[in-house]
Amino acid sequence: MANKAYRKIYTRLEAITKATVSLRASGVSNDELATVEGRLAQVVKTKGDLVTLQVFAGTEGIPTDAEVSFHGNPPTLKVSDQLSGRFFNAYGKPIDGGPEVEGEERQAGGPSVNPYKRRQPSELIPTGIAGIDLNNTLVSGQKIPFFADPDQPYNQVMADVALRADVDKIVLGGMGLSNDDYLFFRHAFESAGALDKIVSFVNTTEEPPVERLLIPDMALTAAEYFAVDKNEKVLVLLTDMTLYADALSIVSNRMDQIPSKDSMPGSLYSDLAKIYEKAVQLPDGGSITIIAVTTLNDGDITHAIPDNTGYITEGQLFLRADSDTGKVIVDPFRSLSRLKQLVQGKKTREDHSQVMNAGVRLYADAQNAKTKLENGFDLSDYDLRCLDYAKDYARELLSIDVNIKIDEMLDTAWKLFAKYFRPEETGIRQAFIDKYWK
Amino acid sequence: MNTHGKVTGIVSNLVTVQVDGPVAENELCYINLGGTDLLAEVIKVNGDKASVQVFESTRGLRNGDSVEFLGRMLEATLGPGLLSSVYDGLQNDLTTMTGVFLKRGEYTDPLNHEKLWDFTPIAAPGDKVVAADWLGEVTEGWLPHKIMVPFSFKGSYTVKEIVPAGQYNIDTTIATLLNEENEEVKVTMTQKWPVKVAVRGYKEKPRPQKIMETGVRVIDSFNPIAEGGTGFIPGPFGCGKTVLQHAIAKQGEADVIVMAACGERANEVVEIFTEFPELIDPHTGRRLMERTTIICNTSNMPVAAREASVYTAMTICEYYRAMGLRCLLLADSTSRWAQALREMSNRMEELPGADAFPVDLSAIISNFYSRAGMVVLNNGKTGSVTFIGTVSPAGGNLKEPVTESTKKAARCFYALEQNRADQKRYPAVNPIDSYSKYLEYPEIVAYLNEKVEKGWVEKVMKAKTLVLRGKEMADQINILGDDGVPMSYHETFWKSELIDFAFLQQDGFDPVDSLCPMERQKYMLDLILEICERKFEFSDYEECRSYFKRIINSLRQMNYSKWESEEFKSFRTQLNEILSENGK
Repeated sequence: MANKAYRKIYTRLEAITKATVSLRASGVSNDELATVEGRLAQVVKTKGDLVTLQVFAGTEGIPTDAEVSFHGNPPTLKVSDQLSGRFFNAYGKPIDGGPEVEGEERQAGGPSVNPYKRRQPSELIPTGIAGIDLNNTLVSGQKIPFFADPDQPYNQVMADVALRADVDKIVLGGMGLSNDDYLFFRHAFESAGALDKIVSFVNTTEEPPVERLLIPDMALTAAEYFAVDKNEKVLVLLTDMTLYADALSIVSNRMDQIPSKDSMPGSLYSDLAKIYEKAVQLPDGGSITIIAVTTLNDGDITHAIPDNTGYITEGQLFLRADSDTGKVIVDPFRSLSRLKQLVQGKKTREDHSQVMNAGVRLYADAQNAKTKLENGFDLSDYDLRCLDYAKDYARELLSIDVNIKIDEMLDTAWKLFAKYFRPEETGIRQAFIDKYWK
Repeated sequence: MNTHGKVTGIVSNLVTVQVDGPVAENELCYINLGGTDLLAEVIKVNGDKASVQVFESTRGLRNGDSVEFLGRMLEATLGPGLLSSVYDGLQNDLTTMTGVFLKRGEYTDPLNHEKLWDFTPIAAPGDKVVAADWLGEVTEGWLPHKIMVPFSFKGSYTVKEIVPAGQYNIDTTIATLLNEENEEVKVTMTQKWPVKVAVRGYKEKPRPQKIMETGVRVIDSFNPIAEGGTGFIPGPFGCGKTVLQHAIAKQGEADVIVMAACGERANEVVEIFTEFPELIDPHTGRRLMERTTIICNTSNMPVAAREASVYTAMTICEYYRAMGLRCLLLADSTSRWAQALREMSNRMEELPGADAFPVDLSAIISNFYSRAGMVVLNNGKTGSVTFIGTVSPAGGNLKEPVTESTKKAARCFYALEQNRADQKRYPAVNPIDSYSKYLEYPEIVAYLNEKVEKGWVEKVMKAKTLVLRGKEMADQINILGDDGVPMSYHETFWKSELIDFAFLQQDGFDPVDSLCPMERQKYMLDLILEICERKFEFSDYEECRSYFKRIINSLRQMNYSKWESEEFKSFRTQLNEILSENGK
């Protein structure tokens, strides 16, 4: 910042939109930051000497004679161990009243890991929630979102998952968090006594939406510092990615870009992939695991945001309210962890994958029985047993308030199988039946 | 003297350059960013302004930065050593790069220049040759790798000298040719070819003559793909596109496999790196990696290089085809490539077509698919490129531009269906919507008559009809209820379930079931159709269901057992016992 004094100041804007300003300037580099009337902005387009800047805080009240100066570098974050336990805004400035962080200044949104240098993810991340550990086991280096309607308690589940996961650091990237949710996370981390392993970057709904575009890059720059430099296992929480994508569409719209599906920018897939693909298992033991939240509109996963997300992430966790038990459950049909087979039966008990499949299959039979019931057809004895099983299964295993070890989940499943079914009805391999049937 | 220029505008990876001389469409240039050269390609010229797409991040680039044009298009480097390599979309060797992160402007050599290859001459002094004719061969892994007259050579040549058998590196002059003006031209083991131009150098491109076995029943029997044919796999996320493609890559009856991971997940490529060096090719007993080249431009790598990656992959396939080899190209996913085109078209402010894709999308896709095919080489031998691409339709809706354009270009259609995937009926290929146009080719029908048995295609059609009838019955049963339909409806429905469970479904993770040779497919289909021909007597639908479930179980156990093993025979006997209880 030594050359600050020599920076040229421009004072004439050519054009202003709600999210961008344009001016004539020379020697400007792509992606570099600028200050427009005291607000942070970034170069998004140059054409001859006409430069377009995206103003993160919005352009309300910016006059055509606003003072503009260029910083000469893209967004950066100072990284060091001092990040631990701190809360920052989208620009990486402390919002917890603490001092500025000292450390090496790194560019946010840096290069990608050479795919050849990656390792295959193979470490289990236990969460205590059976709907996840039993049916959709998480693996370090994985990227997976919660797909949830806005009324689901996704932030609570995510906080639980984060605090129970056996990781060295947790990085929270909050985009458009309500102030209540921000305080919830803060309180949850503090009361768990885990504050020293948590770094948070937060943009609340009180702050301008375009600012949130910086949050994932900031959070992942911090995560890469701990995972690459310190070989730590890092868990990154990103909530809510739907609001991030909405901010992308605002900017692209202001820049007169032609929208594609659902008025999202045509580059949505690449923009999201750039974030999610930061999840990695590194050769020296460090890893970045990303758990995100994508809120849905009434469960619609064909909307461009969840749809593109689904093609990028390694599965999804689907939350829904279960009418039988009155609990929120992890939907066993629509949820999927693509990496689960890398740990199931390898890092967990041998019967894991068979028990999982049998449990879900019987639950599916119960759904069929329910449909039959609703359509007024007679139920067989098997149908009735399935329905009873489904209630217990939802309450004791699928519900998000479950917190037990994986072996206990397996034992619980065996107990339920024995309570309602004959061994051959489960379709489990005979060797496991002989060993585990209760 | 090359053309130079200066940067005058930047929007993301689209850069406008003011040039001081002639430039060509698709010509490459280096943009100098503080000492780092960023590779870019001309995509539009207007007056003295060239629009170029940069294959790297443009962060920090300034107006006024200097640009040097290279006078050539994007080229693939071809020569021994391509197999078992891992490249990025621009054919940089990813394994020789330093550091964990990809560095901007780091370009690595695709081929090893030191390695010595055992060369044996094929041509002799005095021979008349043209482009793509074989001069000699080396052994790459276990494959004979022909050293050819470079594809770019025009006219005819006479071999003046050729080195004797021995060990040489790829840069050694192995032959000296005389052109029509009697000038000497030297040939090494390596050559370059612009990736966007199809390699010709063959005598003719006949219609496909035979099928390429994949060991996947729903493909080989129901919807076979021809050697030199084209196919595509559309499907929503989570339906098993990648798993199916990996199965084809592992089992496909081909000499060379090129996998282009285009804009997809990096961890999926890691799976290939990790598994392929360990897995054995079922046809040759050699390691899979020895016949595989991976081109990898994952979703977080520069978007512009996605397009390059599929073209580079195709060029490598065409190179091996010219050696008389059977090549299989798998691209996952061509939708990401189309999206890259859309991003560029949008930045250039072109008028958009449907869903904001460029209007020439359909032409680009069909042009690319047309590069596949079987060819007869100048020496009468044949080679082929079979191409299977995946498509990731937005929202799982097949009525979108990429799927529709691809449907016009590809001859096989493997529709993956959400519903089947939800029911864990894998591979989730919809048996009714999917098709293979090759079943209508008289050449292919004749081949199957010869290879499998006379009348095979009719048999397959019969099975397809049974599946369709079963679906109609299922619809009726759903509307009218189990008790509301005649017993024959249940029987017809369960016969189609028999085909589905015992034939169409296949366990891709089971060591035996995952690979089903044609002989075994025929045996199973015969057996199943024979059961479907029988008439059964049931008192109620529950009896019908449980009876067919027992048949299905025996058939599936047969699928899981080694071909003609004791275990296999015992399940066959079990099946006979079940069949003897009912029907005739």
